[in-house]
This record gives sequence, C-alpha cells and structure tokens, in this order.
Amino acid sequence: MTALTRSAVDHPTTIRTTQGAPLVRTLRETWLIYRRSLILTLRQPVWVAMGLIQPILYLVLFGPLLDGATAASGQAGSAFNWFIPGLLVQTAFFAAAFAGFGLVAELRYGVIERMRVTPMSRFAMLSGRSLRDVTILLVQAGLMIVVAIPFGLGIDPVGAVLTLGLVALIGLTMSLFSYAAALVLKSEDALAPVVQGIALPVLLLSGILLPMSLAPDWLRTLSTFNPLTHAVDAARALFNGVWADPQIVVGVTIMGVLTVIALWVASRAFSRGTT
Amino acid sequence: MIETHDLRRSFRTRGKAADVEAVRGVDLEVGTGEIFGFLGPNGAGKTTTLRMLATLLPPTSGIATVAGADLAREAGEVRRRIGYVPQGGSTDPAETGRGELVIQARLYGMSKGDAQRRAAEVLSTLDLEGAADRYIGTYSGGMRRRLDIGLGIVHRPAVLFLDEPTTGLDPQARARMWDEIRGLRELGTTVFLTTHYLEEADALADRLAIIDQGKIVAEGTADELKRQVAGDVITIGVDGAVEHVLEAVRAQPFVREASAEADVVRLYVDQGDIAVPQLIRTLDGAGLSARTLTLARPSLDDVFLRQTGRSLRDEEAAA
Repeated sequence: MTALTRSAVDHPTTIRTTQGAPLVRTLRETWLIYRRSLILTLRQPVWVAMGLIQPILYLVLFGPLLDGATAASGQAGSAFNWFIPGLLVQTAFFAAAFAGFGLVAELRYGVIERMRVTPMSRFAMLSGRSLRDVTILLVQAGLMIVVAIPFGLGIDPVGAVLTLGLVALIGLTMSLFSYAAALVLKSEDALAPVVQGIALPVLLLSGILLPMSLAPDWLRTLSTFNPLTHAVDAARALFNGVWADPQIVVGVTIMGVLTVIALWVASRAFSRGTT
Repeated sequence: MIETHDLRRSFRTRGKAADVEAVRGVDLEVGTGEIFGFLGPNGAGKTTTLRMLATLLPPTSGIATVAGADLAREAGEVRRRIGYVPQGGSTDPAETGRGELVIQARLYGMSKGDAQRRAAEVLSTLDLEGAADRYIGTYSGGMRRRLDIGLGIVHRPAVLFLDEPTTGLDPQARARMWDEIRGLRELGTTVFLTTHYLEEADALADRLAIIDQGKIVAEGTADELKRQVAGDVITIGVDGAVEHVLEAVRAQPFVREASAEADVVRLYVDQGDIAVPQLIRTLDGAGLSARTLTLARPSLDDVFLRQTGRSLRDEEAAA
C-alpha cells in the first residue's frame, strides 16, 4: 500500500464547498487571488523598490528644471504642483502597462492553466491581479506626494485623495489592457515592443513632461486625441482643487469609459478558448 | 466515467487555406476507478484531447460526458469533479508547496481551516512535509511533479487528468510517480493519463488507447492489444533432432505457426505463458530435449507498428 492510500484513509478531511450566490463567490475569489498575488509580488522586493526609486529620480533630477520651464509657459504657482500630478499619472500609466509581464510568467509556470480548470470565476483571476497592481500603485503614489512636500508641493487634502482615485482608475485600465495583450501574445519578447511602442507616443503626447502650451499647433491638436492628455489635465485640476475646471469631468469620464472597455477586452481574452 | 463520441478539434493556421485537424473523431469509454492510458507519438492529438476533456479547449464537434456532467453544457460541474495536472508544471516558484495547496483548495470552495487541513494531508500523502514551507523554486523535478499531482487531487476529484506525468523525470522519480498514481486508483479515483512512453502505458494503464494522427488506432488492455499482433514468440534451442522437435510441436493445437533453422525451432502461439509448460511436457513425452527455451512477448511498439506502419521508438528517437 502506498503512502497515498494510508494517510488519506487515516484522516480523511471532509470537503465542504461553499456554493453561494455568483457575486459572493466572485468577490471571495477576487480576494483570494488579490491576496496571493500581492504576497508573491512582495516576495520580489527588487521590483517594488524599482517602482519607488524611478519616480523619486524624476523628482530629484528632473523637477529642478521645471521652475524655468513653467515660468516660460506662463503658468502660475509652484512648478511641483504642476509637475507632481503629471508624474503620478505617468507612474500609473507605465507601471500598470508593464503588469502583463508578470502574467506572462504565470502563464509559463502553468499557474493560469491550473486555475482555469478550477470552477473559479474567470473575472476574479483578472480582478484580483489588477487590484494588486492598483494597491502597489497607490502606495507608490502616496509616497511620491509625501516626498515632494519638502520640494515645495502644496497639498489640498481633498484634491490629493481624488487625484489618487483617478490614478487608481488609470492603473486599473492599463493593467487590464496589459493583461489582455499578455494573454494574446504569451511572451515577453512579443509584449515588450507592443507596450513600449504604444506607451511612449501616448506619454510624449500627453503633456506630462512639458506643458502642451509650448507645443506647435499640429502637436497640440494631436494631443487632444490622446486620452492621457485629458487624464493629466484632470489630475492637475483635481490635485490643486480647481473644481470649476471642465477638464475634471472630461478626463474622469474618458477614463471611466476606457476602464469599462478594458474590463470587457480583458475578460474576453481571459475566457477565450475555455467554455 | 468518461465517454466521448466523435470528438473533433481543428485549428486555424495562418497562411493555410484548410484548418488543421488535430483530433479527428475520438470515441472513448473510460470506466470508474481505472487507469486509462492514452498512448501516442508527439503531435498525435493526446494533449488536445485531454485539454478538451478538462474544459480548457472547446471541441469543434462531438459530445463528451465527464464524471457524469455534459462537457459542453455543464463545464462548471465538470470542473468541480475533475483534477488536471498539466504537462509543463503548474506552480509559482516564489510560492511554498503548502501555500499553493491551500489556495488551490480554497479556489475549490473550501474554508480556510478545511483547506489547511487538506493541504497538510496531501503533503503527508505525497511525502512533501519536509519541504512544505520551502519555496517551490528550491524543489527537485520529482518533488515539483508530486506537488502538481497534489494540486490536482486536493479537492478529491472523481477523475484526474495527467498530461505526460513522468516526462523529464529520472527513472527513480518515475517509479515513485507510478506508485503514487496506482495509489490513486486504490482510492477509487479514475485516472486518465497521456504518455508517449511504451513502458509507462504498459506498466500503469489498466486499459489504453493508441492514438495516431488524431485517430484512435487500437484500444484495450495492454495484453489484449499485444495478443492481436501475432501472438507470442517461443524459440527452442535444440541439440541435433531439429526435425523431430519441429514435428512434435507442430502437432500441438495451440501452435499457430512453426519453423526450424539450424539448431533452433521458432513457433508462434497465442499465449506463451500457457504454451511453455505444455511444450515442455510434449517434448519430455516424446523423449526429446530442449537446450534452451525463450519466450518473447510482443511489445506495445509491435502493436503501434502494425497499426500505423511506423515504430513509436523511432518517433521517440526523432523527437
């Protein structure tokens, strides 16, 4: 008799499985995947540290250049109050755009396939991981705000919290798109040029690094078609408590619509091939 | 426990007008509690069939019932009742063995306490207790494979699908894995495994099907399949009276065919293990003596050779 039969006969565990409403089950499974992926990410502290160091490098090495630049563009107020909301959006955009690389690794390990055979919700596989990305992002963003205060950043508490909400929405959208791309492309080598190729022009056209008011007309016109431009404008208005700025409604609406589209695209990619 | 009828799957390939048919009409019937082997060369359609039965790939056409649930309409029910161990592993190297088992159990709906108890049970069953809280990245290939099986059985499925369970393992780890799989049968689990190793299908499977180019070419127990080939081969080494020996054995009803050359007599019989003692009695009775007597059974490779005209060993060597 093998070890297998012996112990299973000696102490059989009764297996009770929860059934419950589909929504309750999906929430429970989202939580399980969220917890697991957050723990596994924190076991790779190099990535977390990289994510924190990069924006701080921008603050220290690029921020001091801004005083002159913002003066030239005729914008009022602290350069950091203009720059930090943009930097938050950029961090959200880039960090989440690369989330797919983690999923490619999980695909290769066979973890995704293993979970697809369980009765768990396909949506939870996705939402648990995206919420992990958003959590890490919010910690990074919060830290950046705190670090920037000594540089002269003025804080409107309500504005800062609302900006973090917008940052979370951007991160959620980008990580979902990144997961969809990872599921289709299935390799780092194919994913890297796609992510870079899309992310860089979107970033340059968004007015994050320098104000678009400095741009020639054709470039400024082009940038108005970029959703990230509106997200950046909205983040700047929110962060500084300029509640009357119509860009807030425009930017948040655009991001909300994109989030819904991303959810649909990524869910489709996740359940494709399985019934 | 598993029943399929005319199961098919084709894939669209870029640049080709016609779809490629990976599985071309598979009919299977797997009984409760048996180890069913699915033998065939690489690319024969084994994994495609397995992935269809495990709900990972929708069939192009055909019907299947797995563990009492309809594959097309009740995929959720099928998932609850089966376990699946993929070929290339299924674990994250940054997680511990226990961590993987607990999350897997919880994804099957177990409470935290139940999941922890069940994980401990599976760890002890597979003799992984010592490594339970180590990162999987530090496991040996054999340990990782055992953990993969543990993840497949954590919810005590009625059917366990194993895709090439011993590929890449050394002989010792392979023998160990065979014991674990036999242990599952003792618990009443139906095991469906694919393999391209003849020895594995022979040693492990109660019944097996041989698949080639998307079609099943033979099905039965290993003994039945081998018997279909040409029967067993018995070679008798003789000193001197070759003609007399040949005459004596030819007269036996169970001998299908016999021939003599130099100092050996070669004969084909249906069941060698029964024929050998009878032959010895016959020769003794006739006052003849045999110097040597060897019995050779046809292998599953002979079966494959006869059905497809190719040798599975050649395919293996070419792969």
